[in-house]
Amino acid sequence: MNKKRPVNLDLRTIKQPLPAITSILHRATGVALFFGAVFAIYALGLSLESEAGFNEAVDMFENGFIAKLIAWGSVSALLYHFFAGIKHLVMDFGYCEELDSGLLAAKVTLGLAAAAVLISGVWIW
Amino acid sequence: MVTSITSFGRSGLYDWMVQRVTAVILACYTVFMIGYLAFGAELTYDMWTELFQCTAMRIFTLLTLLSFAAHVWIGMWSVSTDYIKPTGMRFVFQSVTGLLTFVYVAWGIQILWGI
Repeated sequence: MNKKRPVNLDLRTIKQPLPAITSILHRATGVALFFGAVFAIYALGLSLESEAGFNEAVDMFENGFIAKLIAWGSVSALLYHFFAGIKHLVMDFGYCEELDSGLLAAKVTLGLAAAAVLISGVWIW
Repeated sequence: MVTSITSFGRSGLYDWMVQRVTAVILACYTVFMIGYLAFGAELTYDMWTELFQCTAMRIFTLLTLLSFAAHVWIGMWSVSTDYIKPTGMRFVFQSVTGLLTFVYVAWGIQILWGI
């Protein structure tokens, strides 16, 4: 292979097709969820620790702006990762691997995730 | 054949399968939890502790926690080997990932059996 071929891997200058965007978002939300889990486990521990802890956790999710923001962000990332993961499993079974069907699957994934993010936002706020 | 020493099962195919099986478990837990919290009755402390005192729920939660650990390791490993090229930085990143994963598991077990 000729090593002098021009190579462009600068993500800022590459136009990403829709399935590539769903893929990178799946990765980004995965990494975010790994670090976001610290808040989820903290909230679980607090809520199960004692009745006072439970009330504190409830109050945090009902009145705390930052807590709501973190909760919405985490739930959004989780729901996106969930739908993109299902798309992955569908593709593992050999469906939606062609250009047209792949693009459609990407659109459906983004659409479902956007709806879920909006609905969870309404639920949390 | 060169085998990677940092992948989860030391084989790509094994990792691939573990990633999918754990994904299904995590998806089931997600559906259950969202269903319980969003569509169940208004949550009270008694309901909440009763739920997590139930043996089936503890098994389900521990299964999810361990699936999370395996799933996270494979995912973070894939992402870090793709994007973090300097070996030292990748080693640090993967070490932090492993440590934090262990903390999650230990912390989660303490919460579950501390009720």
